[in-house]
Amino acid sequence: MIGRQRDENPAGIHLPLDPLPGHTSRGRLERVLRRGEFAVTTELNPPDSADPEDVYNRAKIFDGWVDAINAVDASGANCHMSSVGICALLTRMGYAPIMQIACRDRNRIAIQGDVLGGAAMGVANMLCLTGDGVQAGDQPGAKPVFDLDCMSLLETCRIMRDNGKFLSGRKLTTPPQIFLGAAINPFAPPYDFRPYRLGKKIAAGAQFAQSQYCFDVPMFRAYMQKVRDLGYDEKCFILCGVGPLASAKTAKWIRSNVPGIHIPDAIVKRLEGAQDQKKEGKQLCIDIINEVKEIPGVSGVHVMAYRQEEYVAEIVDESGVLKGRQPWKREIRRDDQLVADRLDHILHDEVTETQVDMVKTAH
Amino acid sequence: MSETTPTVTQATLVKKAAPKSDYKPADVSPQRRVQRSFAVRLWSVRHSRLLEWFYARFADMFLLLHPLWKGIGYGRVEGPVKFVEKRVKGFMFDCRMCGQCILSSTGMSCPMNCPKQLRNGPCGGVRANGNCEVEPDMPCVWVKAWEGSQNMVHGDKILDVQKPVDQSLRETSAWLRVTAQAAAAREAARNTAKPGASA
Repeated sequence: MIGRQRDENPAGIHLPLDPLPGHTSRGRLERVLRRGEFAVTTELNPPDSADPEDVYNRAKIFDGWVDAINAVDASGANCHMSSVGICALLTRMGYAPIMQIACRDRNRIAIQGDVLGGAAMGVANMLCLTGDGVQAGDQPGAKPVFDLDCMSLLETCRIMRDNGKFLSGRKLTTPPQIFLGAAINPFAPPYDFRPYRLGKKIAAGAQFAQSQYCFDVPMFRAYMQKVRDLGYDEKCFILCGVGPLASAKTAKWIRSNVPGIHIPDAIVKRLEGAQDQKKEGKQLCIDIINEVKEIPGVSGVHVMAYRQEEYVAEIVDESGVLKGRQPWKREIRRDDQLVADRLDHILHDEVTETQVDMVKTAH
Repeated sequence: MSETTPTVTQATLVKKAAPKSDYKPADVSPQRRVQRSFAVRLWSVRHSRLLEWFYARFADMFLLLHPLWKGIGYGRVEGPVKFVEKRVKGFMFDCRMCGQCILSSTGMSCPMNCPKQLRNGPCGGVRANGNCEVEPDMPCVWVKAWEGSQNMVHGDKILDVQKPVDQSLRETSAWLRVTAQAAAAREAARNTAKPGASA
């Protein structure tokens, strides 16, 4: 049993896992969550390049620390490598990507095609989003599509998976096996509608939910209380979004420029008062994780460390949310290792194997 | 890039690089530009209960007139009805003539006024003061919808999951469509009840 990890297909790391009863996908994330383990997901900063190595290098720093990696779909309406492309690369290497689908850029024809394409590449998790408005990004002159919204997108994906049909009713020969996710933002008005909106998303097909950055734990706790009262925590795995703030200045900038992120004054004060603001930002993130993991109904955390991805491993390690568990990690297989060692020996060690020598040693 | 924080984003650079001229449009999204102030729209949301009651009577009246519409021909009445509908709903709700009205499920706040045209609830970008992410001076359509739905008798219809908009029905009359569908449903109910009664 060397090198064989839990949640890995013995025939190849890029292949889907064996189907399990009650599971809708053949991915790792669903297994981790359904086993009741505290899941950790993170976000890959999409490169502005056509080099696959950029994606692999950015994914490598999460190795062994996260259960799934979000492949963002032009987040903030800024143009980057597409989520489909990133997912194609990540699945080849055995990672478990969460393919984000935003309704901003594509209509229902393109989206349904991407769902099938993604699933065919081995993407097991899809996160259905509305997407930021185009005015927020680097191409404000783009046409906002918003043909579907996150709710109808969830329903579309669920219909494709469960009924094996397109939105039009046309049949699929093989339906996609996917684990459907939604985004939640408990920190934006109308606050009392937000828990019901999660209920709506569950009705539409959401099986897991990742929240917006949580910097206001009491507010999140109140939201979770309502969610538990409505019984939604039993129908959906809720992952709380967390992340380190680089400095008080960044915090203020985010607060006034990024829609939907709520940062209380106390947080900014705490950062301002610190000697090393970056370190304090990381500590703050760990403290928040430690608080939210105790809230009943929270099944995991989603660590978003934009441009600070190298801290994800430290944050996960120091907060101890994995409780000693190691998520799947890309490892060299035993036979590959043998070949590598042998090659190393041939190329680098001084081996003179002339036929005369061989005859001599044979005697 | 790890030490300094990104205070200037690409979006800011793009905005700065845009050609400068004396004419600067006030609003961000084209949707917002084709409408006036939101005073009437907000009045409609505040009086959502009254409008709900009125709308129910109005739909009944339209259904009663179904034989008349059918007599004249739905195709022929479409023009005048659409003319009135567009102006009345445009005045009251800033209607966009999507042709599949769901005002009664959205607290009498037209969801097509949302710059993202969301029909299932607010996005995550609503500002802390309850205004829109895209249009900073416009109250979020869905914050208003939630307020309006709280006053309504069937306000919990806001929790129904709405189907995506059928773009091929744009600029058609929702009133006539609803009436024709209700008449067909009534007809179907009568037909299924008849054999049941005779048996």
